[in-house]
Amino acid sequence: MIYLDHNASTPVRPEVAEAMREALAGSGANPSSSHREGQHERARIEQARERVAALVHAHPDQVVFTSGGTEGDHLALMGAAWGLRERGKTVAISSIEHHAVHGAAAWLKDLGFTIAHLPVRPDGMTDPSIINDLPRDTSLVSLMLANNETGVLQPVAAVAARAHARGMRVHCDAVQCAGKMPIDTDALDVDYLVISAHKIGGPKGVGAVIVRTGAPLTPLLRGSGHERGLRGGTENLPGIVGFGRAAELALRDLASERTRLLALRERFENGLRAIAPDAVIHGTSAPRLPNTVNVSIPGARSDHMLMALDAEGVAVSAGAACASGGVEPSPVLAAMGVPRELAVCALRFSSGRTTTEREIDDALAAIGRAVPKARALAPA
Amino acid sequence: MTTAVRTRALAAMSGGVDSAVAAALMAESGCDVTGVTMKLWCYGTTPVSPRACCTLDAIDDARSVARRMNFPHFVVEAEEVFRTRVLQPFLDAYASGRTPYPCALCNQHLKFGDLVGRMELIGAELLVTGHYAQVARQPDDSWALLRAIDRHKDQTYALAGIPYGVLPRVRFPLGSLTKEEVRAQASRLALTVWDKPESQDLCFVPDGDYAGFATRKLGETRGTAHGAFVDLAGRTIGEHEGILHYTVGQRRGLGIAASERLYVIDIDAPGNTVTLGPRAALDCDGLVTGPMNWLLPAPPADGARVTARIRYGHAGADAVIHAREEGAVEVRFDVPQPAVAPGQSCVLYDGERCLGGAPIASSIRR
Repeated sequence: MIYLDHNASTPVRPEVAEAMREALAGSGANPSSSHREGQHERARIEQARERVAALVHAHPDQVVFTSGGTEGDHLALMGAAWGLRERGKTVAISSIEHHAVHGAAAWLKDLGFTIAHLPVRPDGMTDPSIINDLPRDTSLVSLMLANNETGVLQPVAAVAARAHARGMRVHCDAVQCAGKMPIDTDALDVDYLVISAHKIGGPKGVGAVIVRTGAPLTPLLRGSGHERGLRGGTENLPGIVGFGRAAELALRDLASERTRLLALRERFENGLRAIAPDAVIHGTSAPRLPNTVNVSIPGARSDHMLMALDAEGVAVSAGAACASGGVEPSPVLAAMGVPRELAVCALRFSSGRTTTEREIDDALAAIGRAVPKARALAPA
Repeated sequence: MTTAVRTRALAAMSGGVDSAVAAALMAESGCDVTGVTMKLWCYGTTPVSPRACCTLDAIDDARSVARRMNFPHFVVEAEEVFRTRVLQPFLDAYASGRTPYPCALCNQHLKFGDLVGRMELIGAELLVTGHYAQVARQPDDSWALLRAIDRHKDQTYALAGIPYGVLPRVRFPLGSLTKEEVRAQASRLALTVWDKPESQDLCFVPDGDYAGFATRKLGETRGTAHGAFVDLAGRTIGEHEGILHYTVGQRRGLGIAASERLYVIDIDAPGNTVTLGPRAALDCDGLVTGPMNWLLPAPPADGARVTARIRYGHAGADAVIHAREEGAVEVRFDVPQPAVAPGQSCVLYDGERCLGGAPIASSIRR
C-alpha cells in the first residue's frame, strides 16, 4: 500500500510508540497526586509540555493539553468567545476552516453569537484587508495556518496584526501546518493556536491549545484545576508523552524533511502534468505546504479515481467526505471559485515521513492507469 | 508465502441482509470482494425508515458487514443517474396515466449499468448482488437467467431489463438459497443485519404512498388536476382527484358508491378521465410491449409459446408471442388476464428461464 494520505493521519513514529510504551509501563500514579510516584508522572507530562512548546516556539506555561484538534478548536473558539462576550458577540471565521472550527462556530451561533465568514481569493488565500470590514463588535477572528485540503498557507500574521489593531483576539488552527513548516507563535502574534499529535507522528486523541498569557479563555470542561484550570480531567499520560516525543522529533527533522518533501512534491506534480496536461493543481499561485497536492484531472471524478487507486494499492483522499462517505464537492474549493465540474474531480495527495521517491513514481504509474478508466465512466 | 490470484468481485450492498450475505459468501469463498453502496439521494432531507434501503443507516450497515468480513467498502455517487434514469421516468409514467415499475429501471441503469461500468475501475471480473435469481450456462453455450430456487423470493421479474451481455459476469449467491437459509447464513457469519426487517414496496417510497411522494416530496403537478370518472359507456359517474392517484385494477380509494364493486379499467391522460367498471371488464386478451430486452442470443421465433408475468406478484399466464415493430412483441394469453397495467413490466419465461422483458405499452381487449 502506498500511503499518500498523511494529512488525514500519519504513522506513529517508532520512537513515539516506545516512549508511550514506557509511560504505560510506569507506576500508574495520577500525575496530580502529591506523593513521589505522582510527581514522577507529573515530570513526564511537563517534559512533554516543554517539547510541544518548543515545536511552536511558545512558552510551556502556555500549553493546554486537549483530546485533539477538534477539542482544541472548540475550547479556543467557544472559550474565547464566551470570555469575550462583553467585548462583542460577533466571531469571524474564514470560509475554508476545518469542520472542527465550523462546528464550534455553529455552537456559538446557537448560543446567540453572530458568525461572519471571511472569503478567500481564487488562489486560496485570505485577504488580510478584509479584517477592516468586520463589524465593530467582532471579538475573535479565526484563521487556519495551512489549509488541510489545498495546503495553501494563510497570512495569519498579517491578519493578526490588523485584528489586534482593532482590539480583536485571534485563533489559529495550526493542526495541518505543525511539523511541516516552522511555526513561531510569538511571531505570528496569535492568541490561541491549536495543534494535534497524530498529524506529526504522535498518537490519535491528544492535542494542545497554545494560549497567549493573559488571553481570556473560559474552560469547557471544568474539573479539579487540571491544565491551569483550563481543561479539567486526568491527563492522557501516554498520549501526552507520545505527543511530546513526536514534537521533539518533528522539530529536529523539520528542515531536512521540508526539503525532501518539497522535492517529492515537485517530482509528483511534474508527473501529474505529464499524465494529464490539463490537470489543474489547486493553490499553486500561493505558498503551500511542502507535502500537499490537491489536483483535479478533468473528467476523472474523485469517487471513481479513489476506487481505482485503492484497487491499485494507493491510498488518497477525495477532498472532504460528506456524512454518508459519498463524494461532495469540497466547500474549500467552492470558496476558491473552482467550478463544480472541476471540484468533483479533486484528489488530495499528501506525503509524509515514510514517503519515498519510488512510491511517488509507483503512484504516478497507478494514476496513469486509473485516469482513462475513470474518464470512461459517466461524467460528473 | 504464495499469493494465489484471487478473483476480484464488486458487490452491490444496499445495507439489507440479502446483499450483505451475498457479498459475505463471495468473500468467504475466497473472492477479493469490494463492497459498494450506491448513494441515490441527498440524505439531508430524507426521512429515515428502517425498511428503506440506501439510507445513511443502511450505508453504515453495509460498512459494518464489510468490516466484519474484512473487505473494503465504498459509497458510490449515483444521485444523478438515479434522478434521470429512475425517478424522472417514474414521475413521467404516473403523470401520463401509466403504472411505473422503477425497480426494473434501477436494476437496468444502476446495479447492472452504472456499477458494471465501475467494475473496470477496480479490475473486477464479477458483479455480485443479493438478488434471488440464478445465472447458468446452457448446453448451447448461451447464458441464461433462471428463476431462484425460492419461488416466493424469485426476483427475475425485476431483472428482465438487464443487458444480456452482463450475465456471464454476474453472480447471484442467493439464487439457490431460501430466505430462511439466507438469514441463517447471516447469523452464522455474525452479520448484525441478520434480523433486519424485510424491505417492502419501493425503497424510496417506504410508506407506499406514491402519489403523495410525487406531489409532496418532488413537487409533481402533472396528473393532479381533478377530472371525470366515467363508466364503460362513457357517462360521467363522479369526480377523480387527478390521474396520478390511480392505477389500472385499483379498487380501493375510489370514493364512488355503486351497486357493484368498481375497478379502474383504464386511464386516459389526454382526456383526464378514469374509466371504472366491474371486475370482468378488467380482463384482457393480451398486450403489446415496448421494445423488448432479450436475455437470449437472439429473439425467440414468432409464435413461440411462453409464460408471461404482468406484475411482480403475478404467477404467470400461458401465452403466444408475435413480433411487432421496433422490437416490441404482442403477447396473446390463452386465458384472459385481469388488470394489464401499462407501465408495468411484462416478463416472459420458458419454464425456469427468463427470456426477457419490457414495459407494457398497451393492453388488448378483444
